[in-house]
Amino acid sequence: MGLRSRKLAAQTVRYLILIAFAVVTFLPFWNMIVVSFKPFQFAMEYPPKLIPTGLTLANYKEAWTTGSFGHYFKNSFVISIIATVGGTLVACMLAFAVSRYRFAGRGFIFAVFIGSMMIPGITFIIPQYLLLKNLHLLNSYSGLILLYVTGAVPFHMFLFKGFFDEIPKEMEEAVIVDGGNRWTFFSRVALQLSAPAIATSVIMNFNGNWGEFLGALTFMSEPEKWTLPVAIRMLQGAHATSYGLVFAASIISMLPILVLFVSFQRFIIKGIAAGAVKG
Amino acid sequence: MLNQTAAPAAGPKKRSWLRRHYGIYLFVLPAIGLYLTFSVYPILFSFVKSFTDWQLIGESPFVGLANYRTVLNDPHVGIAFKNALLNFVVSMPIQIVFGLLLAVVLDRPLRGRSFFRALFYIPVLVTWIVIIQLYLYMFNKDYGLINYLLLKTHLVDEGIDWLGSPTRTLVSVFAVGGWKGIGWSMLIFLAGLQSIPTDLYEASGLDGASRWQQFRYITLPGLRNTTVFVVVLLTIGAFNVFDQVFLLFTGTAPFEYDVPLSMIYNKAFTDLNFGYSAALSYVVAIVIVVVSLLQYKFMPKNAGSEG
Repeated sequence: MGLRSRKLAAQTVRYLILIAFAVVTFLPFWNMIVVSFKPFQFAMEYPPKLIPTGLTLANYKEAWTTGSFGHYFKNSFVISIIATVGGTLVACMLAFAVSRYRFAGRGFIFAVFIGSMMIPGITFIIPQYLLLKNLHLLNSYSGLILLYVTGAVPFHMFLFKGFFDEIPKEMEEAVIVDGGNRWTFFSRVALQLSAPAIATSVIMNFNGNWGEFLGALTFMSEPEKWTLPVAIRMLQGAHATSYGLVFAASIISMLPILVLFVSFQRFIIKGIAAGAVKG
Repeated sequence: MLNQTAAPAAGPKKRSWLRRHYGIYLFVLPAIGLYLTFSVYPILFSFVKSFTDWQLIGESPFVGLANYRTVLNDPHVGIAFKNALLNFVVSMPIQIVFGLLLAVVLDRPLRGRSFFRALFYIPVLVTWIVIIQLYLYMFNKDYGLINYLLLKTHLVDEGIDWLGSPTRTLVSVFAVGGWKGIGWSMLIFLAGLQSIPTDLYEASGLDGASRWQQFRYITLPGLRNTTVFVVVLLTIGAFNVFDQVFLLFTGTAPFEYDVPLSMIYNKAFTDLNFGYSAALSYVVAIVIVVVSLLQYKFMPKNAGSEG
């Protein structure tokens, strides 16, 4: 075989593997999309049909209006946005400090983070519940947001630290010589050089907050305060076999993540990999 | 390391250092304040309570190590750990084999490469709430796509009742977990591949090495540290399995379905045995720490680090 045809054969094998995997990855979601657009009585037909006929938006309309998913969407959106901005910012500032300065308590911070990351989060859900109760923060956006911000700190701190460690110290000296201070360096130089880390942190943080279930279920028991994951769970509990409705609600809940991921995709792949290997 | 100011020893020098650098603490305080309040305090609180007969209201009498003794003598704990081990055995090979395969296929330039990378990462991003609905639908005995495909291809003669026994249910849902995580291990392996110098491939290509030989003698050894990293994280993840098990079984299924974390939850929220639950969570944490340390210690390492 010539070099050229060998190359072509290798290329073909690569595409065959990728396409086979694309099917395995996407088929379940395709199944879900098809069912969500079918009239509800066809959700459990056999044999399962993967090519939709008689499309309808009825499931989406029902989820959005009678199922109040518009409202839950708003809850999830407000909580996730604020918690994401807060968590990323707080973790990023801490990472900047521990990456570039030695100060009293620095080693202690690492020890506490690594130690507490080993303890399953479910361990302290009851003390957290009691704490929020004493602070009158149960069933409030702020309570859940504070917990989400806190929970994000260790992982995202290590993610940012990996990036800040790479910035040469001469750059900071240059900023100081030019009359800037530490804040100028942080906001104008360090943050801009860490754009992939910010994109990664934002999407991972948002995705975590958006899909978080146990905390939202435990700390937000009033139906008006439910977030999307809790609402989907409750919807499934109430209509066990209305798959069209549950899938329509699920797809509504997945859209923001997909939009965010597709738009930041280039940065994220780099950022997750770098953060994970260094973290 | 790029730390530019070393903390000086003591005395007036230290005070002036503090004055000059107090700004650093403004960067540190928000994170640390929140963390002490909402994580460290609750962790210490439940640790102290694990030595008591924890009552949510009123006094919690001190019982010493009684909770820990009960945990260690409880046969259900063994079953929960066995199920977590089953998760590791089922989902880890799926993630390692397919994650590595996809990373190798996607490492070199190819039209559509970033599209495929993004596509394979999507299941990682989708919350378990959605995946579990899909699982229940697709693994249904009567109308699910999985049984349909198995029957069509004559791999089975009769639809499998996936939810019929603890082992069958757990194995299938853990396999789905493996599927969900392939995109994650793919990304880590892709990062690992970046660190293997390309001239190794070029040189060996000139020497007439085949693709398989290159994979066997350059790629695999070059990925040793990455693989250790992935296996350690998957071990920690396997013992931390919760969402899928909780969503499928909590409140409805007997203890045969428990994993360590769902058992912690059920002991507290179903049995209201809070002290036991707290003790169990520290036992689980210790097991996770010990297992990951052992893996770091006994896994083969090569001298050059890629991370």
